[in-house]
Amino acid sequence: MDLFEYQARDLFAKHDVPVLAGEVIDTPEAARAATERLGGKSVVKAQVKVGGRGKAGGVKLAATPDEAVARATDILGMDIKGHTVHKVMIAETAPEILEEYYVSFLLDRANRTFLSIASVEGGMEIEEVAATRPEAVAKTPIDANEGVTPEKAREIVEAAKFPAEVADKVVNVLVTLWKTFIEEDALLVEVNPLAKVASGDVIALDGKVSLDENAEFRQPGHEEFVDHASANPLEAAAKAKNLNYVKLDGEVGIIGNGAGLVMSTLDVVAYAGEAHGGVKPANFLDIGGGASAAVMANGLEIILGDPDVKSVFVNVFGGITACDEVANGIVQALQLLADRGEEVTKPLVVRLDGNNAELGRKILSDANHPLVQRVDTMDGAADKAAELAAAK
Amino acid sequence: MAIFLNKDSKVIVQGMTGATGMKHTKLMLADGTNIVGGVNPRKAGTSVDFDGTEIPVFGTVAEAIEKTGANVSVLFVPPAFAKAAVVEAIDAEIPLAVVITEGIAVHDSAAFYAYAVSKGDKTRIVGPNCPGLITPGQSNAGIIPGDITKPGRIGLVSKSGTLTYQMMYELRDIGFSSAVGIGGDPVIGTTHIDALAAFEADPDTDLIVMIGEIGGDAEERAAAFIKENVKKPVVGYVAGFTAPEGKTMGHAGAIVSGSSGTAAAKKEALEAAGVKVGKTPTETAKLAREILAAG
Repeated sequence: MDLFEYQARDLFAKHDVPVLAGEVIDTPEAARAATERLGGKSVVKAQVKVGGRGKAGGVKLAATPDEAVARATDILGMDIKGHTVHKVMIAETAPEILEEYYVSFLLDRANRTFLSIASVEGGMEIEEVAATRPEAVAKTPIDANEGVTPEKAREIVEAAKFPAEVADKVVNVLVTLWKTFIEEDALLVEVNPLAKVASGDVIALDGKVSLDENAEFRQPGHEEFVDHASANPLEAAAKAKNLNYVKLDGEVGIIGNGAGLVMSTLDVVAYAGEAHGGVKPANFLDIGGGASAAVMANGLEIILGDPDVKSVFVNVFGGITACDEVANGIVQALQLLADRGEEVTKPLVVRLDGNNAELGRKILSDANHPLVQRVDTMDGAADKAAELAAAK
Repeated sequence: MAIFLNKDSKVIVQGMTGATGMKHTKLMLADGTNIVGGVNPRKAGTSVDFDGTEIPVFGTVAEAIEKTGANVSVLFVPPAFAKAAVVEAIDAEIPLAVVITEGIAVHDSAAFYAYAVSKGDKTRIVGPNCPGLITPGQSNAGIIPGDITKPGRIGLVSKSGTLTYQMMYELRDIGFSSAVGIGGDPVIGTTHIDALAAFEADPDTDLIVMIGEIGGDAEERAAAFIKENVKKPVVGYVAGFTAPEGKTMGHAGAIVSGSSGTAAAKKEALEAAGVKVGKTPTETAKLAREILAAG
């Protein structure tokens, strides 16, 4: 889960990473009081989870509280690369910036460990610096069990060639930033720029944090970071029902068991769609192992509630899950939806293979539901679902 | 022969007495797995009856190894306790730990992987968030259904559980030497490369099927490894060609970030290494058949 800048700032502050004062608001008028609290001037910063907001006009200085209101009025509601601005941060204006650096900690998948990236050439995209001047970027592996001690931090500072006069301060930033990384179960903590200001202090002026959703069991506080305002309503409804669902932009609703098989199903449907007017998958939905009738009903309800969906493809390979249970689930789900008074009009194509497939297929045949068609191969079923979606 | 697991493997189950552990211990026993014990400190000294087979419960992994000579542990321990359980298995120096548990925090996986390395890599970790591995007709360590296929000469390595089953089903008449589900998490113990190297060295494997998915660069690195080190034919499949950028597709590791981790890049890298890559699971199975038929 990627966080907004203000949320990252709050987490940095919590773990003693030096940051400037700031607060988040969602109405222009609130910019006045917030700016007054900062002594009458502020920086108004759009909160969007995408880079390049400065160039897009999403960061403006305000010399007075009135000006802050005007700037917040401009920025709230602005579209930055497809992201609508719902919130702005009213931040303390930075003292004169002398130098800009870059520091981060992240998961290094390839080496199955953590990595520190540091550079004295901050302020721009680190990928750009790494591409044009790789010698200016210091990458230091971090042992997951040893972490970043002050000694390790000093090693990073030396590797990145930070100037001697800021070395101690950067060491402090690294140690506190590592604390943020570990204690918040982050996948990424990034400060860019880390600024050396006229007073000699080193301050995190902007940052990115991405959190591990698998750690939610020990991070109850992270619930508040979930971005309900920007979430797709179908995704929000699915999450509330504990379904693993991602909305896509096509017409064929997809339900399957297992992340890999569902991903594969999306591909197979997209290929099949090429022969049927270019129809594409409308979603990713993994109902997981042992799909009960209730889970199937919840999944079908979400997908049938998507106005973009023209047909539905249920693709199940019975591993541990028995196909007869899945078939019963589908039949009961349709009955459940009918009992709830929801009219189902979209055709379903069902492919069952694996454990008890024959039994499952027989259950579907016996139920003889007018909207349900059985196709017994994955590719054939994808083709049928695409054809039905294109015909609608 | 087969890889990592065979008829002589003595298997213990950490988390055997939980609901998932009970269900799958029963299934593993039905597949002929030599399960010699369970581990649960609170139930040490008791035993569990699985359709007439009494399986003793030990207090620790070390005790289980000492009493039974176990050399494989399968873990069904909930995410919050998984790190401690894997660390215990590493401390006991069990040669193979198969972590089935889904939803382990990455900081925990990174910590136990680093711990295994620091202890001299005496424990091979498979997973987490994986279906485990099976050597059909000999032993099953995990949740892969034992009745999809039979012993044969194809080796399979996959990030995804259900795609493992799908591929075993597609090629069920030919059969498999071993199938290894390595898991879809960002940090895993055994990689595609580890399994490829083992299959290359296994005299009972004639052809290797490798299933990948979007996210990370494990497939690209596997491709480089194949080019240099694998003489046996390899057939590949990559799931997630149509996955959009920035959306996690079910597995914590399955995400396209910017230009990295795309299925197209993985396919290209594999093909450059001489791997035939199928567009769909069915087409991939067909490619495998053609290569085997050509001898």
